[in-house]
Amino acid sequence: MKNLLIATTATLALVSGAAFAQQTVRMGTEGAYPPYNFINDQGEVDGFERELGDELCKRAELTCTWVTTDWDSIIPNLQSGNYDTIIAGMSITDEREEVLDFTQNYFPPAASAYAGLSADADITGGVVAAQVGTIQAGHVAESGATLLEYATPDETVAAVRNGEADAVFADKDFLAPIVSESGGEFTFVGEDVPLGGGIGIGLRDSDDELRGKFDAAIQSMKDDGTLNTMITKWFGAEAKTF
Amino acid sequence: MFASCADPSLLSGLDWLACYLTSGKHLDFYRSFGTVLILLAVTAPVALAFGFAGALAARSQLGLVSILGRGYMAMVRGVPDIVFFLFFVIALDQGIEWLTHQVRCPDWTEPIRNGLEFRVCPQAKVPPGAAPQSVHSLYGFGLAVVTFAIVFGAFAANVLLGAMNAVPRAQIETALAYGMSERQATRRVLIPQMWIYALPGLSNLWLILIKATPLLFLLGVRDVVYWARELGGSKTSAYEYPHPDWRLYYFLGLLVFYLLMTRISELVLARISARLSRGQATMAGEAMRKAGATA
Repeated sequence: MKNLLIATTATLALVSGAAFAQQTVRMGTEGAYPPYNFINDQGEVDGFERELGDELCKRAELTCTWVTTDWDSIIPNLQSGNYDTIIAGMSITDEREEVLDFTQNYFPPAASAYAGLSADADITGGVVAAQVGTIQAGHVAESGATLLEYATPDETVAAVRNGEADAVFADKDFLAPIVSESGGEFTFVGEDVPLGGGIGIGLRDSDDELRGKFDAAIQSMKDDGTLNTMITKWFGAEAKTF
Repeated sequence: MFASCADPSLLSGLDWLACYLTSGKHLDFYRSFGTVLILLAVTAPVALAFGFAGALAARSQLGLVSILGRGYMAMVRGVPDIVFFLFFVIALDQGIEWLTHQVRCPDWTEPIRNGLEFRVCPQAKVPPGAAPQSVHSLYGFGLAVVTFAIVFGAFAANVLLGAMNAVPRAQIETALAYGMSERQATRRVLIPQMWIYALPGLSNLWLILIKATPLLFLLGVRDVVYWARELGGSKTSAYEYPHPDWRLYYFLGLLVFYLLMTRISELVLARISARLSRGQATMAGEAMRKAGATA
């Protein structure tokens, strides 16, 4: 009983102490889009955005924790306050700007690309796989090809392997390691397509203070060149930098 | 996990596989089986309690209580599960935060609802933003239990209501003739006898519940299906253990798990059914009586 009392008091002290402590920023990501973000073999969030996010939090003097969620519900969960930022390879687009705010881009406007099993896969009239709710899915819908949407990036690639789709359309930096490590199975099809205004951190419209902090931190990383070093480290020497 | 797993790229064959299957991510996968089993163990009794309360309410002589019971059954059964899971859980979560907000931040002037956004003061966040991820998971798990219980409770209520109506009228009449009140007849005769009629419906619900756990990920709880898909997906060299698309093997593993669950459930349900049929004026009960008489 006495121990219980002590334990309860200790817990209460902890809880009330935490309430006064600095606010923790919860970073929301998908965890299924290597090398941007993925769950590593230790079961932790890893990737370019993990390293970047941790560095940004350090520079902005914020305490951050990482949360993963389905891509499908990533915006509604931000709005209902389950986490405070979206840092998940999300391109800055006008449609998204209407429902949330973005920081300046931390990744330059990069090319999207088609990948298929043969170089002459039909990308204008055939079936093209893309992840649901991405700018790539929007582009395919307008291109005249039949759009096949999947919940996760991995499934879009698997769809091409299984013959359900003729090609997959995604960020080129996501497809590049898949194509190069497939041993000739996959090949890029057609021209690269520039899409979106780069990748930024998504925040609630009302979180102007937090957005200011991240904006400043991104700017400082752009200024001292650490952002470019990080991009090269994760995406290779050919990747676009600032 | 093992010291020899420090650099997986040097390993091959069985060593590689042993290290692969004991990686942190796989341990999370194995733990998620426990999560699912605990969820089932907690949800089933709570859902049954909801169903029982709903059925009794629907049968009530009081008009208002009866309407509440019937309304609960009709509304929840009519809404698709996935809509319920997306809408209700967010509404429940926001309702809790709204209440704590009213208590802890009476002086807050900014609007809580701002377009699509929902924003309470930081002190009213449930669980607090600074809480470790385990607390957030536990909270999500609690929301999941409540939501599953409400959804499956509505179906269970309908099953139990039907079962109560299936008990032969003569049984109740006899009880009343012996001088029992309506309430006594319900408690002593109706409820003990209705279970045998409810069992087929309840066992269906149980088996559906076992398979409904992937809905958990909508609440941020990672269940076995989430992990199977995540682990089975093809992995590039960004991961320590690159491999092609192995989802087939992981889902075959899940198939075995679910078939085992179903088989165990069937065995247990068969026993319960035999126990409940004893002495009942049903065909199963009569068959048991005859078998007992000849033996």
